[in-house]
Amino acid sequence: MTNAPVVPDLHPPAAKRGWYKRNEIAITPWLFLLPGILFFSAYVIIPIFQSFQVSLYRWDGLGDLSEQGQFIGLGNYRELATDRNFEISLWNNVRWLFLYLLAIPMGLAIALFLNQTVTGIRLYKSLFFFPFVISQVVVGLVFSWFYLPNDGLLAVMLGWIGIEGVNILGSPETATYGIIAAGLWPQTAYCMILYLTGLNAMDPEQIEAARLDGAKRWKMLWYIIIPQLKPATFIAFVVTIIGALRSFDLISIMTNGGPFGSTRVLSFYMFEKALAEFGFRMGYGAAIAVILFLIMLVFISYFLWSMWKDERAAR
Amino acid sequence: MFPTPIQKSSRQWQLTYQALLPFALILWLLPLIAVMLFSIKPDSDFTNGNYWGVPGSFDLFENYGKVFFDSDMPRYLWNSLLITVPTVIGTIALSSMTGFALGIYRFKGNLFLFFLFIAGNFVPFQILMVPVRDFTIDLGLYDTKTGLILFHIAFQTGFCTLFMRNFIRALPFPLIEAARVEGVSEWRIFWYVVMPLMKPAVAALAVLIFTFIWNDYFWAIVLTQGPDSQPVTAGITAFNSQFRAAYHLMSAGSIVAALPPVAMFFLMQKHFVAGLTLGAVK
Repeated sequence: MTNAPVVPDLHPPAAKRGWYKRNEIAITPWLFLLPGILFFSAYVIIPIFQSFQVSLYRWDGLGDLSEQGQFIGLGNYRELATDRNFEISLWNNVRWLFLYLLAIPMGLAIALFLNQTVTGIRLYKSLFFFPFVISQVVVGLVFSWFYLPNDGLLAVMLGWIGIEGVNILGSPETATYGIIAAGLWPQTAYCMILYLTGLNAMDPEQIEAARLDGAKRWKMLWYIIIPQLKPATFIAFVVTIIGALRSFDLISIMTNGGPFGSTRVLSFYMFEKALAEFGFRMGYGAAIAVILFLIMLVFISYFLWSMWKDERAAR
Repeated sequence: MFPTPIQKSSRQWQLTYQALLPFALILWLLPLIAVMLFSIKPDSDFTNGNYWGVPGSFDLFENYGKVFFDSDMPRYLWNSLLITVPTVIGTIALSSMTGFALGIYRFKGNLFLFFLFIAGNFVPFQILMVPVRDFTIDLGLYDTKTGLILFHIAFQTGFCTLFMRNFIRALPFPLIEAARVEGVSEWRIFWYVVMPLMKPAVAALAVLIFTFIWNDYFWAIVLTQGPDSQPVTAGITAFNSQFRAAYHLMSAGSIVAALPPVAMFFLMQKHFVAGLTLGAVK
C-alpha cells in the first residue's frame, strides 16, 4: 500500500481528522439532498397524503380540518358513485386519453416529413414545433376564436364546402372533441420534436443495409425505423398520457366545463367542486382528486417500472 | 417509409417537396395566423362583419399600444417575470444539488429517492391543490408571488432532479475520483469540478423551466387573485373581460402574453430541444 489507492482512504489516521472529515463521503449526499427533500416533501409528498385525509371529511376549507371538518369516512366516495357529473367527467377523461394518443403517430408523420436536408429546413422544424411553446391558455383562446360559429375561420372554411351552422364548442356532442383537437396541436409538436431527435440519432448504415436488402416504405418503417425509435416512443407515451390526464387549462378557457357540463374532466370537476362553486367542498374535491391520482398511479407505476429496468440494465 | 434523402430522389419530387413545405406550414399554423391577422385589424372590421377580409386599416400600433398603455397587461407581464425568474434560479440551485447527490454517491435509498422525485413530478396537480393552498394560506403567502414561487420551485425540483442526475451520471467519473485523491473536499468537487461541466444542463433546464412556469395557469388561479400578484396567463382572462368581444385587442393581448417563451425558444433553441428530448435517444 505504498501507492495511494484510487478508492478514497476510508481508514486514514483517524485521530488527526475530525468526525466530519472522516465521514465526509457518507454525509455529503444527505447535506446536498436536504433542501431538495424538504421542499419536495412539504409541497408534494405530504400533500398527497393530506389529500387522502381531507377526502374523508366534509369541510368547506375554513379553519382547521380537525376542528371545522366533519369526519364522514367514505361518504364522499359513496356520493361520487351516484354523481352523474362525475361519471361524465370520467368518460371524458377516457376520451382524452385515447384521442390524445393520436399525437404520437401524427408527430411521427410530421417528423418523417421534415427529416430532410433542404435549405431552410431548420426554420421549418422550429416553426412546426412552436405551438408547444405557447401557453395552453393562449392555445385555448386561439382555438375558441378559430371555432367561432359563423365568423370563425373554421366556419368560413366549412362554408366553402357547403357546411353551415357548425358550432363546435356550443354543442355538447362536439365540444369535448373540439377541445381535444386544440390540445393535440401542441402535443403533436412535442412528439414531433422527440421523433426528429430520434431520427437524427439513427444509424444510417443500418438503414442503408436494409435498403439494399429491399426493405421499402411501410416495411422499412415498421421493421427498421420504429424499433430504433423506441426510446422516443416511450417518452412520447409518458408525456402524452400525463398531458391527457392533466388537461385543465384548455377546458377552463374554452368552455369552462360547459355546455351543460359536457366537457368536464376529473381535474376540472375537482377544481369546480373545491374552489369555484359556492361553499367550497374541499372534502368532495379531494375525493375526486384521489380517484384521478389512483388512475394516474397505474400509469406512473408502469413508467417507473420501465425506467427501473433500464436503470438496472445500466448498472 | 424512412424518407430517402431528398437529394437522391427524382427532380420532380424534389420540387414538389419544396412546394409542399410552406403549404403544410401555413396549414399547421393557420389558427395562429388567424389571430395575428385579427390583432392588426381595426375595431370597425369586426362590427362590419369583416372578420377575414383585407383589414380596413393597418392598426398594429393602435392595438398593441392599447394593450400596453390602456390595460393591466404590463403589470401582469411584470408579475410573470418576477415569478418565473426566481423559480428558475431556485429550481436549478436545488436540483443541481440533489442531482449531484443522487448521481455521484452510492448509498442506501439512492434509487428510492430518485424514483420518488420522478413519481412526484407525474402526479396530477389536483391531488396537491387543497393541502398546498391551505399550507400557503397558513404561511401567510396566499395571493403573493412568493407563495407561488415556493410551490413552483418545489414541484419543478422533481423533473429537474431527474434531468440533472442523468446528466451527472454521464460525466466521466474518474474526474471526481482524481479530485478526491488530490484531497479536494466534496463541496469543492461539486462547485469546481462538476458545476462547470453542467453548463449545458443548466442552460437547457433554465429555458425549459422558464417556459413551463411562464405558461402555468392552474397554480396561478389557485394561489393568487388580482393584478397584484397574478401572472399573465391568469391576467389574460381579466383582460378579456375588460375588452369583451373586442377581438382585435384580445388577439393582441394573447400574442403579447405568449411572446416571451416564444422568444426564449427561438433564442435558445438548441438548449431547449436538448432539454426536451432528454432520453429520446439512447
